[in-house]
Amino acid sequence: MNIIVSGVKKEYPEGLTVQSLIEAENVEAQMYVTVSVNEEFVKNAEFADTVLSENDSVEFLYFMGGGI
Amino acid sequence: MSGTNSGYRLRIARRDYGVIEGHARSGLPNESCGLIAGRVEGFVKIVERVYPLTNIDSSEEHFTIEPHEQLRAILDMRKSGLVPLGNFHSHPNTPARPSDEDIRLALDPSASYLIISLASETPVMRAFHIESGIAAAEEIEIV
Repeated sequence: MNIIVSGVKKEYPEGLTVQSLIEAENVEAQMYVTVSVNEEFVKNAEFADTVLSENDSVEFLYFMGGGI
Repeated sequence: MSGTNSGYRLRIARRDYGVIEGHARSGLPNESCGLIAGRVEGFVKIVERVYPLTNIDSSEEHFTIEPHEQLRAILDMRKSGLVPLGNFHSHPNTPARPSDEDIRLALDPSASYLIISLASETPVMRAFHIESGIAAAEEIEIV
């Protein structure tokens, strides 16, 4: 099936979860990454149970913050 | 830890510099933040759009970019054919240099990290390339 990852269409097998996609895409510093599917954020605790569907659009957003 | 010049140069229009300064001032006494986008030509990063965003920490000493706004900005960049260049935040009371926490949380070595200090009457903005715990200054060219 087709999944759009950060704007790029890619082919992945059916049944792909968000967690599997994070691993397949070699996403670094996972603890600081927020994931959206079709512009809805997925809770980190639900990564492994969230199954992606044909033409889902996924974004990986890195935490942006800092302080003194 | 701070290093020497990174070799990158950040080119920003005076108008966009003003957007960053205005956002920083309007957020006082708290830190303000946002994203910058544009294009890269060799070692020159050309800012073409500034996204003033919400600091959900509402703090004088910390910032976290609101993630829904971050997502909308990223989608807008892509739609506009721009690439993310980095982020900016203000230091209301301290110099324009990255704190230990700023360096620790700088996760993207391709990004420019802009800091604008409002500690003195005249604002000071500096840019940094941060990688492996080392912050190197990027020259800023205001055009």
